[in-house]
Amino acid sequence: MRAMVTVGRADVPKVLSVAKLRKEYGGKAAVEGVSFEVGRGEIVGLLGPNGAGKTTTINMVLGVLQPTSGTIHIQDLDLAAQRSAALAMTNFAAVYSPLPGNLSVYQNLRVFGLIYGVKSLGARIAELLEQFDLVKYRDVKCGVLSSGEQTRVALAKAMLNRPHLLLLDEPTASLDPATARDIRARIREFAARDTGGVLWTSHNMYEVEEVCDRVLFLARGRVLLEGNPRTLPGEHGQASLEELFIAVAREPLALERS
Amino acid sequence: MHLHRAAAVALRHYYLLRGSLARFLPLFAWVAIDMVLWGFMSRYLNTVTSQEYNFVPVLLGAVLLWDFFIRVMQGVTMVFFEDVWSRNFLNMFASPLTISEYLGGLVLSSIATSTLGLLVMLVLASTVFGLSFAAYGVLFVPFLLVLFLFGIALGIFGCALVLRLGPASEWFVWPIPALLSPFAGVFYPLSTLPAWMQAVSHLLPPSYVFEGMRTLAAGGAFQVSTLLWGAGLAVVEILLACAFFTRVHRQAVRTGLIARYSAESVS
Repeated sequence: MRAMVTVGRADVPKVLSVAKLRKEYGGKAAVEGVSFEVGRGEIVGLLGPNGAGKTTTINMVLGVLQPTSGTIHIQDLDLAAQRSAALAMTNFAAVYSPLPGNLSVYQNLRVFGLIYGVKSLGARIAELLEQFDLVKYRDVKCGVLSSGEQTRVALAKAMLNRPHLLLLDEPTASLDPATARDIRARIREFAARDTGGVLWTSHNMYEVEEVCDRVLFLARGRVLLEGNPRTLPGEHGQASLEELFIAVAREPLALERS
Repeated sequence: MHLHRAAAVALRHYYLLRGSLARFLPLFAWVAIDMVLWGFMSRYLNTVTSQEYNFVPVLLGAVLLWDFFIRVMQGVTMVFFEDVWSRNFLNMFASPLTISEYLGGLVLSSIATSTLGLLVMLVLASTVFGLSFAAYGVLFVPFLLVLFLFGIALGIFGCALVLRLGPASEWFVWPIPALLSPFAGVFYPLSTLPAWMQAVSHLLPPSYVFEGMRTLAAGGAFQVSTLLWGAGLAVVEILLACAFFTRVHRQAVRTGLIARYSAESVS
Protein backbone atom coordinates (compact mmCIF):
# COMPACT_ATOMS: atom_id res chain seq x y z
CA MET A 1 0.00 0.00 0.00
CA ARG A 2 1.56 3.32 -1.06
CA ALA A 3 1.36 6.35 1.16
CA MET A 4 0.23 9.40 -0.74
CA VAL A 5 2.74 12.23 -0.94
CA THR A 6 1.01 15.57 -0.97
CA VAL A 7 2.46 18.81 -2.21
CA GLY A 8 0.93 22.26 -2.10
CA ARG A 9 1.43 25.04 -4.63
CA ALA A 10 5.02 24.88 -5.87
CA ASP A 11 5.40 28.68 -6.12
CA VAL A 12 4.54 29.30 -2.44
CA PRO A 13 7.44 29.24 0.07
CA LYS A 14 6.98 26.36 2.49
CA VAL A 15 6.68 26.90 6.23
CA LEU A 16 6.30 23.19 6.97
CA SER A 17 7.66 20.20 5.09
CA VAL A 18 6.89 16.77 6.46
CA ALA A 19 8.47 13.79 4.68
CA LYS A 20 7.76 10.08 5.12
CA LEU A 21 6.74 10.52 8.74
CA ARG A 22 6.17 7.32 10.67
CA LYS A 23 5.34 6.70 14.31
CA GLU A 24 5.19 3.22 15.66
CA TYR A 25 3.94 2.08 19.07
CA GLY A 26 4.88 -1.47 20.00
CA GLY A 27 5.27 -2.53 16.40
CA LYS A 28 1.96 -0.95 15.31
CA ALA A 29 2.08 2.16 13.15
CA ALA A 30 -0.05 5.12 14.33
CA VAL A 31 1.28 7.25 11.47
CA GLU A 32 2.69 5.66 8.35
CA GLY A 33 4.64 7.42 5.60
CA VAL A 34 2.87 10.77 5.91
CA SER A 35 4.27 13.55 3.71
CA PHE A 36 2.83 17.00 3.15
CA GLU A 37 3.69 20.66 3.06
CA VAL A 38 2.13 23.89 4.26
CA GLY A 39 2.88 27.04 2.31
CA ARG A 40 3.14 30.60 3.57
CA GLY A 41 -0.28 32.19 3.90
CA GLU A 42 -1.97 28.83 3.39
CA ILE A 43 -4.49 27.18 5.73
CA VAL A 44 -4.27 23.40 5.45
CA GLY A 45 -6.89 21.21 7.10
CA LEU A 46 -5.79 17.89 8.55
CA LEU A 47 -8.94 15.79 8.61
CA GLY A 48 -9.83 12.28 9.57
CA PRO A 49 -11.81 10.15 11.98
CA ASN A 50 -10.82 9.77 15.62
CA GLY A 51 -7.61 7.77 15.90
CA ALA A 52 -6.59 8.56 12.32
CA GLY A 53 -3.25 10.02 13.45
CA LYS A 54 -3.98 13.77 13.33
CA THR A 55 -2.93 14.59 16.90
CA THR A 56 0.02 12.17 16.65
CA THR A 57 1.17 14.08 13.56
CA ILE A 58 0.70 17.45 15.27
CA ASN A 59 2.57 16.24 18.36
CA MET A 60 5.48 15.21 16.17
CA VAL A 61 5.50 18.62 14.45
CA LEU A 62 5.47 20.24 17.91
CA GLY A 63 8.51 18.22 18.95
CA VAL A 64 6.80 16.51 21.88
CA LEU A 65 6.71 13.15 20.13
CA GLN A 66 9.72 11.69 18.38
CA PRO A 67 8.98 10.13 14.98
CA THR A 68 10.14 6.57 14.44
CA SER A 69 11.36 7.75 11.04
CA GLY A 70 10.88 10.63 8.62
CA THR A 71 11.77 14.31 8.74
CA ILE A 72 10.08 17.55 9.71
CA HIS A 73 11.34 20.93 8.51
CA ILE A 74 9.89 24.17 9.81
CA GLN A 75 10.92 26.83 7.34
CA ASP A 76 14.35 25.40 6.49
CA LEU A 77 15.13 24.12 9.96
CA ASP A 78 15.28 20.41 10.69
CA LEU A 79 13.18 19.94 13.83
CA ALA A 80 15.26 16.99 15.03
CA ALA A 81 18.55 18.92 14.79
CA GLN A 82 17.44 22.49 15.57
CA ARG A 83 14.47 21.92 17.82
CA SER A 84 14.56 25.15 19.80
CA ALA A 85 15.12 27.42 16.79
CA ALA A 86 12.41 25.63 14.80
CA LEU A 87 9.88 25.83 17.65
CA ALA A 88 10.64 29.53 18.15
CA MET A 89 8.99 30.03 14.73
CA THR A 90 6.04 27.82 15.60
CA ASN A 91 3.13 28.10 17.99
CA PHE A 92 -0.03 26.21 18.68
CA ALA A 93 -3.41 26.12 20.36
CA ALA A 94 -5.19 22.90 21.21
CA VAL A 95 -8.46 22.31 22.98
CA TYR A 96 -6.75 19.72 25.25
CA SER A 97 -3.93 22.04 26.27
CA PRO A 98 -5.39 25.12 27.95
CA LEU A 99 -3.13 27.72 29.52
CA PRO A 100 -2.71 27.46 33.30
CA GLY A 101 -5.99 28.49 34.88
CA ASN A 102 -4.27 29.86 37.99
CA LEU A 103 -2.59 32.70 36.09
CA SER A 104 -4.31 35.75 34.66
CA VAL A 105 -4.57 36.37 30.93
CA TYR A 106 -1.79 38.98 31.10
CA GLN A 107 0.47 36.77 33.24
CA ASN A 108 0.12 33.82 30.87
CA LEU A 109 0.85 35.98 27.85
CA ARG A 110 3.86 37.54 29.57
CA VAL A 111 5.34 34.17 30.59
CA PHE A 112 4.90 32.62 27.15
CA GLY A 113 6.01 35.83 25.44
CA LEU A 114 9.32 35.56 27.31
CA ILE A 115 9.63 31.88 26.44
CA TYR A 116 9.08 32.65 22.75
CA GLY A 117 11.46 35.62 22.92
CA VAL A 118 8.88 38.17 21.73
CA LYS A 119 10.36 41.63 21.13
CA SER A 120 8.54 44.65 22.65
CA LEU A 121 6.45 42.19 24.63
CA GLY A 122 4.31 44.74 26.47
CA ALA A 123 3.16 46.33 23.22
CA ARG A 124 2.56 42.94 21.59
CA ILE A 125 0.41 41.78 24.52
CA ALA A 126 -1.61 45.01 24.40
CA GLU A 127 -2.11 44.51 20.65
CA LEU A 128 -3.31 40.92 21.09
CA LEU A 129 -5.61 41.79 24.00
CA GLU A 130 -7.21 44.34 21.71
CA GLN A 131 -7.31 42.02 18.70
CA PHE A 132 -8.92 39.15 20.60
CA ASP A 133 -11.27 41.36 22.60
CA LEU A 134 -9.59 40.41 25.88
CA VAL A 135 -8.82 43.84 27.33
CA LYS A 136 -11.49 43.54 30.02
CA TYR A 137 -10.16 40.09 31.02
CA ARG A 138 -6.53 41.20 31.21
CA ASP A 139 -6.25 40.57 34.97
CA VAL A 140 -8.77 37.74 35.20
CA LYS A 141 -7.49 34.22 35.89
CA CYS A 142 -7.83 32.02 32.82
CA GLY A 143 -9.51 29.27 34.82
CA VAL A 144 -12.63 31.35 35.41
CA LEU A 145 -13.13 32.37 31.77
CA SER A 146 -15.75 30.73 29.56
CA SER A 147 -14.52 28.18 27.01
CA GLY A 148 -14.88 30.75 24.23
CA GLU A 149 -12.82 33.29 26.16
CA GLN A 150 -10.22 30.64 27.00
CA THR A 151 -9.96 29.76 23.32
CA ARG A 152 -9.36 33.42 22.49
CA VAL A 153 -6.60 33.54 25.13
CA ALA A 154 -5.04 30.35 23.72
CA LEU A 155 -5.10 31.89 20.24
CA ALA A 156 -3.59 35.12 21.53
CA LYS A 157 -0.78 33.04 23.07
CA ALA A 158 -0.43 31.10 19.81
CA MET A 159 0.06 34.33 17.87
CA LEU A 160 2.38 36.04 20.37
CA ASN A 161 5.53 35.33 18.35
CA ARG A 162 3.89 35.90 14.93
CA PRO A 163 4.63 32.24 14.12
CA HIS A 164 5.66 31.08 10.69
CA LEU A 165 3.76 27.90 11.43
CA LEU A 166 0.56 27.93 13.47
CA LEU A 167 -0.84 24.57 14.57
CA LEU A 168 -4.46 24.50 15.65
CA ASP A 169 -5.92 21.26 16.97
CA GLU A 170 -9.70 21.63 16.99
CA PRO A 171 -9.55 25.29 18.01
CA THR A 172 -13.30 25.77 17.77
CA ALA A 173 -14.41 22.57 19.49
CA SER A 174 -17.05 23.25 22.15
CA LEU A 175 -17.60 26.82 21.00
CA ASP A 176 -20.97 28.26 20.11
CA PRO A 177 -21.45 29.05 16.39
CA ALA A 178 -21.06 32.81 16.80
CA THR A 179 -17.80 32.49 18.76
CA ALA A 180 -16.52 29.83 16.35
CA ARG A 181 -17.18 32.13 13.38
CA ASP A 182 -15.34 34.92 15.16
CA ILE A 183 -12.34 32.67 15.80
CA ARG A 184 -12.29 31.49 12.17
CA ALA A 185 -12.27 35.09 10.98
CA ARG A 186 -9.26 35.88 13.17
CA ILE A 187 -7.31 32.87 11.91
CA ARG A 188 -8.08 33.74 8.30
CA GLU A 189 -6.94 37.26 9.05
CA PHE A 190 -3.67 35.87 10.47
CA ALA A 191 -2.99 33.78 7.37
CA ALA A 192 -3.79 36.66 5.04
CA ARG A 193 -1.92 39.38 6.90
CA ASP A 194 1.08 37.70 8.49
CA THR A 195 3.72 35.52 6.91
CA GLY A 196 2.62 32.26 8.52
CA GLY A 197 0.89 29.12 7.37
CA VAL A 198 -1.70 27.23 9.38
CA LEU A 199 -2.20 23.51 9.94
CA TRP A 200 -5.71 23.03 11.29
CA THR A 201 -7.60 20.00 12.51
CA SER A 202 -11.35 20.02 12.89
CA HIS A 203 -14.35 17.72 12.77
CA ASN A 204 -16.58 20.53 11.56
CA MET A 205 -16.67 20.12 7.78
CA TYR A 206 -18.62 23.34 7.26
CA GLU A 207 -15.83 25.18 9.00
CA VAL A 208 -13.11 23.39 7.06
CA GLU A 209 -14.78 24.22 3.76
CA GLU A 210 -15.06 27.85 4.78
CA VAL A 211 -11.53 28.29 6.08
CA CYS A 212 -9.09 25.85 4.52
CA ASP A 213 -7.30 26.35 1.21
CA ARG A 214 -6.42 22.69 1.07
CA VAL A 215 -7.27 19.56 3.05
CA LEU A 216 -5.53 16.27 3.76
CA PHE A 217 -7.63 13.27 4.73
CA LEU A 218 -5.93 10.91 7.14
CA ALA A 219 -7.17 7.42 7.91
CA ARG A 220 -5.34 4.65 9.73
CA GLY A 221 -2.25 6.83 9.93
CA ARG A 222 -1.98 7.51 6.18
CA VAL A 223 -2.83 10.46 3.95
CA LEU A 224 -5.56 9.14 1.65
CA LEU A 225 -6.74 12.25 -0.13
CA GLU A 226 -5.62 15.77 -0.67
CA GLY A 227 -7.15 18.72 -2.45
CA ASN A 228 -9.40 21.75 -2.42
CA PRO A 229 -12.17 21.20 0.16
CA ARG A 230 -14.72 22.75 -2.20
CA THR A 231 -13.97 20.52 -5.19
CA LEU A 232 -12.64 17.34 -3.53
CA PRO A 233 -16.06 15.82 -2.67
CA GLY A 234 -17.21 16.01 -6.32
CA GLU A 235 -13.94 14.47 -7.52
CA HIS A 236 -14.71 11.42 -5.37
CA GLY A 237 -18.41 11.15 -6.12
CA GLN A 238 -19.62 12.65 -2.85
CA ALA A 239 -22.16 15.41 -2.38
CA SER A 240 -20.35 17.25 0.38
CA LEU A 241 -17.16 17.31 2.43
CA GLU A 242 -19.07 15.72 5.29
CA GLU A 243 -20.15 12.82 3.03
CA LEU A 244 -16.56 12.42 1.92
CA PHE A 245 -15.40 12.43 5.54
CA ILE A 246 -17.89 9.67 6.38
CA ALA A 247 -16.75 7.66 3.36
CA VAL A 248 -13.11 8.03 4.45
CA ALA A 249 -14.00 6.96 7.97
CA ARG A 250 -16.04 3.94 6.87
CA GLU A 251 -14.28 2.70 3.78
CA PRO A 252 -10.76 4.08 3.66
CA LEU A 253 -9.49 1.16 1.59
CA ALA A 254 -12.04 1.78 -1.18
CA LEU A 255 -11.00 5.44 -1.38
CA GLU A 256 -7.34 4.56 -1.37
CA ARG A 257 -7.86 2.37 -4.44
CA SER A 258 -9.93 5.00 -6.26
CA MET B 1 21.02 29.11 26.89
CA HIS B 2 18.62 32.08 26.76
CA LEU B 3 18.31 33.58 30.21
CA HIS B 4 14.94 35.18 29.40
CA ARG B 5 13.40 31.75 28.95
CA ALA B 6 14.71 30.52 32.31
CA ALA B 7 13.47 33.80 33.80
CA ALA B 8 10.01 33.10 32.34
CA VAL B 9 9.79 29.84 34.30
CA ALA B 10 10.77 31.67 37.49
CA LEU B 11 8.41 34.57 36.70
CA ARG B 12 5.51 32.14 36.37
CA HIS B 13 6.24 30.89 39.89
CA TYR B 14 6.58 34.44 41.22
CA TYR B 15 3.10 35.22 39.85
CA LEU B 16 1.73 32.13 41.58
CA LEU B 17 3.38 32.99 44.90
CA ARG B 18 2.24 36.59 44.73
CA GLY B 19 -1.35 35.61 44.22
CA SER B 20 -1.63 32.76 46.70
CA LEU B 21 -1.17 32.84 50.46
CA ALA B 22 -1.30 29.03 50.47
CA ARG B 23 1.87 28.98 48.36
CA PHE B 24 3.62 31.95 49.98
CA LEU B 25 3.25 31.05 53.68
CA PRO B 26 4.93 27.61 53.51
CA LEU B 27 8.08 29.29 52.17
CA PHE B 28 8.88 30.38 55.72
CA ALA B 29 6.09 29.25 58.09
CA TRP B 30 7.29 25.67 58.65
CA VAL B 31 10.95 26.58 58.97
CA ALA B 32 9.99 29.29 61.46
CA ILE B 33 8.06 26.73 63.52
CA ASP B 34 11.10 24.42 63.40
CA MET B 35 13.31 27.24 64.67
CA VAL B 36 10.96 27.89 67.59
CA LEU B 37 10.59 24.18 68.46
CA TRP B 38 14.29 23.33 68.26
CA GLY B 39 15.29 26.65 69.79
CA PHE B 40 13.36 25.85 72.98
CA MET B 41 14.54 22.24 72.85
CA SER B 42 18.16 23.42 72.71
CA ARG B 43 17.58 25.82 75.60
CA TYR B 44 16.01 23.09 77.69
CA LEU B 45 18.87 20.67 77.00
CA ASN B 46 21.33 23.39 78.01
CA THR B 47 19.62 23.57 81.41
CA VAL B 48 19.71 19.83 82.13
CA THR B 49 23.20 18.98 80.88
CA SER B 50 26.77 20.12 81.44
CA GLN B 51 27.14 23.89 81.61
CA GLU B 52 30.09 23.81 79.19
CA TYR B 53 28.18 22.27 76.34
CA ASN B 54 25.97 24.57 74.27
CA PHE B 55 23.27 22.80 72.29
CA VAL B 56 22.17 25.89 70.40
CA PRO B 57 24.87 25.86 67.69
CA VAL B 58 24.79 22.07 67.44
CA LEU B 59 21.06 21.33 67.46
CA LEU B 60 19.45 24.57 66.31
CA GLY B 61 22.26 25.19 63.83
CA ALA B 62 21.81 21.70 62.41
CA VAL B 63 18.06 22.13 62.04
CA LEU B 64 18.59 25.50 60.34
CA LEU B 65 21.02 24.03 57.82
CA TRP B 66 18.89 20.94 57.19
CA ASP B 67 15.73 23.01 56.72
CA PHE B 68 17.60 25.23 54.29
CA PHE B 69 18.54 22.16 52.25
CA ILE B 70 14.90 21.01 52.24
CA ARG B 71 13.71 24.48 51.14
CA VAL B 72 16.18 24.43 48.24
CA MET B 73 15.05 21.00 47.12
CA GLN B 74 11.37 21.83 47.43
CA GLY B 75 12.02 25.17 45.76
CA VAL B 76 12.96 23.20 42.65
CA THR B 77 10.28 20.53 42.83
CA MET B 78 7.41 22.93 43.61
CA VAL B 79 7.91 24.86 40.37
CA PHE B 80 7.89 21.59 38.44
CA PHE B 81 4.80 20.35 40.29
CA GLU B 82 2.95 23.52 39.29
CA ASP B 83 3.36 22.39 35.68
CA VAL B 84 2.13 18.92 36.63
CA TRP B 85 -0.90 20.24 38.53
CA SER B 86 -1.93 22.74 35.85
CA ARG B 87 -1.31 20.17 33.05
CA ASN B 88 1.04 22.62 31.42
CA PHE B 89 3.64 20.23 29.99
CA LEU B 90 2.46 20.51 26.41
CA ASN B 91 2.56 24.32 26.50
CA MET B 92 6.03 24.30 28.05
CA PHE B 93 7.71 21.48 26.16
CA ALA B 94 6.20 22.28 22.75
CA SER B 95 7.93 25.67 22.96
CA PRO B 96 11.52 26.73 22.21
CA LEU B 97 12.37 26.20 25.88
CA THR B 98 15.34 23.83 26.19
CA ILE B 99 15.84 21.40 29.08
CA SER B 100 18.74 23.45 30.46
CA GLU B 101 16.61 26.62 30.32
CA TYR B 102 13.73 24.87 32.04
CA LEU B 103 15.96 23.47 34.79
CA GLY B 104 17.66 26.87 35.02
CA GLY B 105 14.25 28.40 35.69
CA LEU B 106 13.57 25.89 38.47
CA VAL B 107 16.93 26.77 40.06
CA LEU B 108 16.39 30.53 39.75
CA SER B 109 13.05 30.20 41.48
CA SER B 110 14.54 28.00 44.19
CA ILE B 111 17.29 30.56 44.89
CA ALA B 112 14.63 33.19 45.57
CA THR B 113 12.30 31.04 47.67
CA SER B 114 15.01 29.29 49.72
CA THR B 115 16.72 32.62 50.45
CA LEU B 116 13.48 33.91 51.95
CA GLY B 117 13.21 30.84 54.20
CA LEU B 118 16.86 31.13 55.18
CA LEU B 119 16.52 34.81 56.12
CA VAL B 120 13.54 34.08 58.37
CA MET B 121 15.44 31.24 60.06
CA LEU B 122 18.59 33.33 60.53
CA VAL B 123 16.66 36.19 62.09
CA LEU B 124 14.71 33.92 64.45
CA ALA B 125 17.65 31.73 65.44
CA SER B 126 19.98 34.65 66.16
CA THR B 127 17.59 37.16 67.73
CA VAL B 128 15.35 34.85 69.77
CA PHE B 129 17.71 31.98 70.62
CA GLY B 130 21.10 33.66 70.39
CA LEU B 131 22.57 31.40 67.74
CA SER B 132 25.93 32.95 66.93
CA PHE B 133 27.26 32.24 63.48
CA ALA B 134 30.73 33.16 64.73
CA ALA B 135 30.79 29.61 66.11
CA TYR B 136 31.13 28.33 62.53
CA GLY B 137 33.35 31.16 61.30
CA VAL B 138 33.66 31.89 57.60
CA LEU B 139 32.85 28.26 56.81
CA PHE B 140 29.16 28.97 57.39
CA VAL B 141 28.84 30.28 53.82
CA PRO B 142 30.46 27.22 52.17
CA PHE B 143 28.27 25.02 54.40
CA LEU B 144 25.22 26.71 52.94
CA LEU B 145 26.62 26.47 49.42
CA VAL B 146 27.20 22.70 49.64
CA LEU B 147 23.67 22.18 50.98
CA PHE B 148 22.29 24.44 48.26
CA LEU B 149 24.06 22.43 45.54
CA PHE B 150 22.85 19.13 46.97
CA GLY B 151 19.30 20.50 47.32
CA ILE B 152 19.36 21.45 43.63
CA ALA B 153 20.66 17.99 42.67
CA LEU B 154 18.00 16.21 44.67
CA GLY B 155 15.26 18.57 43.44
CA ILE B 156 16.12 17.88 39.80
CA PHE B 157 16.30 14.15 40.54
CA GLY B 158 12.83 14.34 42.15
CA CYS B 159 11.41 16.15 39.09
CA ALA B 160 12.85 13.50 36.79
CA LEU B 161 11.31 10.79 38.95
CA VAL B 162 7.86 12.37 38.74
CA LEU B 163 8.24 12.97 35.00
CA ARG B 164 9.09 9.29 34.57
CA LEU B 165 6.53 7.75 36.94
CA GLY B 166 3.59 10.13 36.61
CA PRO B 167 1.82 12.76 38.74
CA ALA B 168 0.97 10.44 41.65
CA SER B 169 4.65 9.71 42.24
CA GLU B 170 5.18 13.15 43.78
CA TRP B 171 4.63 11.33 47.06
CA PHE B 172 7.95 9.57 46.49
CA VAL B 173 9.63 12.97 46.41
CA TRP B 174 8.29 14.65 49.57
CA PRO B 175 9.84 12.11 52.02
CA ILE B 176 13.30 12.02 50.36
CA PRO B 177 14.90 14.45 52.90
CA ALA B 178 13.50 12.44 55.83
CA LEU B 179 14.85 9.28 54.23
CA LEU B 180 18.32 10.79 53.90
CA SER B 181 18.53 12.50 57.29
CA PRO B 182 19.69 9.43 59.28
CA PHE B 183 22.56 8.97 56.80
CA ALA B 184 23.48 12.67 56.71
CA GLY B 185 24.28 12.72 60.43
CA VAL B 186 22.28 15.88 61.03
CA PHE B 187 22.18 15.41 64.81
CA TYR B 188 25.00 12.93 65.55
CA PRO B 189 28.52 12.10 64.39
CA LEU B 190 28.82 9.64 61.51
CA SER B 191 30.87 7.39 63.81
CA THR B 192 27.58 6.62 65.59
CA LEU B 193 26.36 4.79 62.48
CA PRO B 194 27.13 1.20 61.47
CA ALA B 195 29.70 0.76 58.72
CA TRP B 196 27.22 0.24 55.88
CA MET B 197 25.34 3.42 56.80
CA GLN B 198 28.62 5.34 56.97
CA ALA B 199 29.41 4.15 53.46
CA VAL B 200 26.13 5.70 52.27
CA SER B 201 26.86 8.86 54.27
CA HIS B 202 30.12 9.42 52.43
CA LEU B 203 28.12 9.78 49.20
CA LEU B 204 25.97 12.52 50.72
CA PRO B 205 27.45 16.05 50.69
CA PRO B 206 25.43 17.16 53.78
CA SER B 207 27.27 14.61 55.93
CA TYR B 208 30.51 16.58 55.37
CA VAL B 209 28.73 19.81 56.33
CA PHE B 210 27.27 18.45 59.57
CA GLU B 211 30.51 16.80 60.62
CA GLY B 212 32.26 20.10 60.03
CA MET B 213 29.61 22.10 61.83
CA ARG B 214 29.84 19.92 64.94
CA THR B 215 33.63 20.02 64.93
CA LEU B 216 33.69 23.82 64.71
CA ALA B 217 30.96 24.24 67.35
CA ALA B 218 33.04 22.07 69.70
CA GLY B 219 36.04 24.32 69.06
CA GLY B 220 37.92 21.80 66.95
CA ALA B 221 39.73 22.26 63.63
CA PHE B 222 37.98 21.25 60.44
CA GLN B 223 39.81 20.43 57.24
CA VAL B 224 38.59 22.67 54.42
CA SER B 225 39.61 19.95 51.97
CA THR B 226 36.90 17.72 53.47
CA LEU B 227 34.33 20.35 52.67
CA LEU B 228 35.73 20.73 49.17
CA TRP B 229 35.22 17.01 48.72
CA GLY B 230 31.57 17.46 49.74
CA ALA B 231 31.18 20.39 47.31
CA GLY B 232 32.74 18.39 44.48
CA LEU B 233 30.40 15.51 45.24
CA ALA B 234 27.41 17.87 45.13
CA VAL B 235 28.47 19.26 41.75
CA VAL B 236 28.86 15.74 40.35
CA GLU B 237 25.42 14.85 41.70
CA ILE B 238 23.88 17.94 40.02
CA LEU B 239 25.38 16.84 36.71
CA LEU B 240 24.08 13.30 37.24
CA ALA B 241 20.60 14.62 38.12
CA CYS B 242 20.54 16.82 34.99
CA ALA B 243 21.64 13.86 32.87
CA PHE B 244 18.89 11.73 34.46
CA PHE B 245 16.23 14.41 33.79
CA THR B 246 17.40 14.76 30.17
CA ARG B 247 17.28 11.00 29.68
CA VAL B 248 13.80 10.74 31.18
CA HIS B 249 12.60 13.66 29.04
CA ARG B 250 14.03 12.05 25.88
CA GLN B 251 12.26 8.82 26.73
CA ALA B 252 9.01 10.73 27.39
CA VAL B 253 9.30 12.35 23.95
CA ARG B 254 10.07 9.01 22.32
CA THR B 255 7.13 7.22 23.94
CA GLY B 256 4.67 10.12 23.76
CA LEU B 257 4.38 10.42 27.55
CA ILE B 258 4.81 14.23 27.46
CA ALA B 259 1.74 14.61 25.29
CA ARG B 260 -0.31 12.19 27.40
CA TYR B 261 1.18 12.86 30.80
CA SER B 262 -2.08 12.79 32.73
CA ALA B 263 -2.52 9.15 31.66
CA GLU B 264 0.63 8.44 33.77
CA SER B 265 1.69 5.72 31.35
CA VAL B 266 1.68 5.14 27.62
CA SER B 267 1.26 1.39 27.93
